[in-house]
Amino acid sequence: MNSWLVPLIILVILLLLGAWSTWLERRLLSLWQDRLGPNRVGPFGLFQVIADMIKIYTKEDWIPPFADKFLFVIAPMIVMIMTLLGFAIIPFSPNIQIAQFDHALLFLLAISSLSVYSIMLAGFSSNSKYALLGAMRTAAQMLSYEVFMGLALMGVVILSDDFSLSAIVQAQSDVWFIVYQPLGFVLFLIAGTAEIHRAPFDLPEAETEIVAGFHTEYSSMKFGMFFIGEYLGVILISSLITTLYFGGWQGPFLPPIVWFILKTGFFILFFILLRAAIPRPRYDQLMIFSWYILLPLSLANLLFTGAIKLAILG
Amino acid sequence: MPIINNNNKIDNHLINAIPELFSHFEHSHFTPQKTVDQIVTLWISNKMLISILSFMKSISEPFDMLYDLYAVDERLRLDKSQIPALDFTLVYQLLSIQRNQHVRFKVALSETEISIASISNLFKNANWYEREAWDLFGINFKDHPHLTRILLPPTFTGHPLRKEFPCRATEKDPFSLNEQKLQKEQQALKFIPEQWGMKKNNDSNDYMFLNLGPNHPSVHGVFRIALQLDGERVIDAVPDIGFHHRGAEKIAERQTWHGFIPYTDRIDYLGGVMNNFPYILAIEKLAGIEVSERVKCIRVMLSECFRILSHMLFFGTFAQDIGQLSPIFYLFIDREKLFAIIEAITGARMHPSWFRIGGLAQDLPQGWDKMMTEFVDYFPAKLDEYEIMVMQNSIIKKRSIGIGQYTSQQAIDWGITGAGLRATGYDYDLRKKSPYSGYENYDFLVPIDDKGDAYSRCKLRVEEMRQSISIIKQCIKNMPQGPYKAEHPLTTPPMNNLSKHDIETQIQHFLNASWGAVMPKGESSFAVEATKGINSYSIISDGTSSSYRTRIRTPSFAHLQMIPEISKGLMLADLIVIIASIDFVMADVDR
Repeated sequence: MNSWLVPLIILVILLLLGAWSTWLERRLLSLWQDRLGPNRVGPFGLFQVIADMIKIYTKEDWIPPFADKFLFVIAPMIVMIMTLLGFAIIPFSPNIQIAQFDHALLFLLAISSLSVYSIMLAGFSSNSKYALLGAMRTAAQMLSYEVFMGLALMGVVILSDDFSLSAIVQAQSDVWFIVYQPLGFVLFLIAGTAEIHRAPFDLPEAETEIVAGFHTEYSSMKFGMFFIGEYLGVILISSLITTLYFGGWQGPFLPPIVWFILKTGFFILFFILLRAAIPRPRYDQLMIFSWYILLPLSLANLLFTGAIKLAILG
Repeated sequence: MPIINNNNKIDNHLINAIPELFSHFEHSHFTPQKTVDQIVTLWISNKMLISILSFMKSISEPFDMLYDLYAVDERLRLDKSQIPALDFTLVYQLLSIQRNQHVRFKVALSETEISIASISNLFKNANWYEREAWDLFGINFKDHPHLTRILLPPTFTGHPLRKEFPCRATEKDPFSLNEQKLQKEQQALKFIPEQWGMKKNNDSNDYMFLNLGPNHPSVHGVFRIALQLDGERVIDAVPDIGFHHRGAEKIAERQTWHGFIPYTDRIDYLGGVMNNFPYILAIEKLAGIEVSERVKCIRVMLSECFRILSHMLFFGTFAQDIGQLSPIFYLFIDREKLFAIIEAITGARMHPSWFRIGGLAQDLPQGWDKMMTEFVDYFPAKLDEYEIMVMQNSIIKKRSIGIGQYTSQQAIDWGITGAGLRATGYDYDLRKKSPYSGYENYDFLVPIDDKGDAYSRCKLRVEEMRQSISIIKQCIKNMPQGPYKAEHPLTTPPMNNLSKHDIETQIQHFLNASWGAVMPKGESSFAVEATKGINSYSIISDGTSSSYRTRIRTPSFAHLQMIPEISKGLMLADLIVIIASIDFVMADVDR
């Protein structure tokens, strides 16, 4: 197979998935909320996404005169690029992986830190107060949740002795890491939700408080990029959870890629369910939760995992 | 020296009503006026105002709530025998919750000397009421801290509730917007913090000023709050209202008594017939119409339906404003079920305008009881479910417990009524304290709480829904038989069974249908426990086919004025919870 073909196919599939997960979310939310949701365009409303795309492309692409034009334009690109880059290291199946390198997990942490820039730049360059508040919240939220996200991941690294994701998947051939790392999993799940600012950690765009947060001033496809970027983020975190804690593509009978899709799909649904169920904490409560509760817990998790590992080896 | 000579004496009956007042002041300071609503109404002089009001506030079991403050333009009154020969009247209505008693002080002002001392030092909530009187009547309040327009835009000229101000746009020159006017409007939009009583910066840094509204997802209508922020902390919040002002009180002066009913529906647009209630009852009192037990029961039943409808929406939006997406949809679906019943009974959903002077628009349709029973059997279980979903949720508890807390005294100072007052521990519900329309015959509880925070306000409203369900059940069970309209010449539209046989009733019918019914002279008012607090209509009839002055006292107006006091020092997200917990609609504020 051509070396550029696989990445290209993956890219296209991801973009389509990102777009169609908006449909999925709307249908599922409405199912849980006793509504119908988009069901008019095509079978089950599946073509709603296409209609939305046409709409979003034909909207006026407005850049506010008071905005910092350059940053305003590149901000949504950063989030897309960073999230898509994140997928490069995911082993979708034993032989489908774009980039295989030894310190993939560190790369991933770096990538997710960089995507904070996107939202901060969007907020600052918009030169709008609601956007600024959103950016402020984002910066604080993502930086603090990143800290223990990294710490939570170290448990997995200790268990598998490797930073490479395919090695981590291989290490789970007998037992999934969720068994050894239940606390680590919960911590990573929370941090991941905060990282992609999905409900209940959607403070940067809390519509009842700060209108649309950092993307208040965005319209047309630039808004669309934030939108798709968010759903790509959901897919990324779901596939990471699958890879790190649920044995990745491993599973009996079915081909590996199907297992991967099933497991990832489950977590995507879980993220959507979260949004339907849980209200939003306050900004300072979120910070206190992060620094006072989650950080000590993730440190304890790390120490405990390390101690057990040493005891077994030693 | 009596202020007016209307032959009313201070009799024992009056003295017994407020003995402290008449033993402290000389009787000559007061001239009583007889009103249909039996509220003690005393004319006092401009100079005595402050001393009398502060005395009323200082006695034991004080009259410490400024219930309402409004003006009347008396210049076109046909009958001035009961009032002084001056141009404007200011009415100060005080309420003593402990005594469950109202008192009304009236001060007459002449057009040439149209100013009076401000009482905003005495009663905090007088601030907005006085601004309103300035805005709509041009009455100048001396020493008022911020006497500017409140309901109308700052660039407005004229005082629209004055009688010379045209009611219809067609009576004025056509509107045009030229360059000069545009500049003026643009200039007025400029935000200058000092004008709002806020500082630009402190010693170390600049504040951020955030314009929350008039269009914002969680201000429930067109409501603007100018916020002074330090980070996300609210230093000051100044509410700006008036975007929903439609001049309902002015419209009341040109519509017939009957023709104004649909306008009342739209005051608290979630309250439906609950708005008709005080208006209709005030008129019936004025006209001396007694309605049948059946009418009373149907009115109570429908009003309680609308209480539930309004509280359902409140409950859903409360959860939504805290970020819980789903409950609002469940509640809307259940609202739809109840609206279907309202529609079957009245023919309309949100604004049925269904009450009539002396009765109802129609009798209940056949099968209403089956529909209603189905709903009251279905909803309580659902409500329990929603209560667990919202009120037991730990994030919601964290977000709302202790937020927007105020004491009973603060509530009284700001004129808070309804669940907002009961959440501070006052057991004050008009349905119990001064029952109307047969509420004394129903068995229900008035939920109270003593926390006074956002959470307890929401909790009370959930419980109120259960009580309303219980009232509706009793209505279904005991619905009396009888006519749906009173046999009274002023019933509008009248019963027409006799009009085909008898020329007198035929003429009456014709007059009522063409000109509108002519209500007897007098002043009347009625207060009901509406969905959001106490809503009352004070009407003055000059013996014509429309009211001379209709004053609409709405609960939301008073409630919004309190926002700065309870939100200072909290986070922006807390302000949203406070707004959500107040339960207001802007139409109810701006009228």
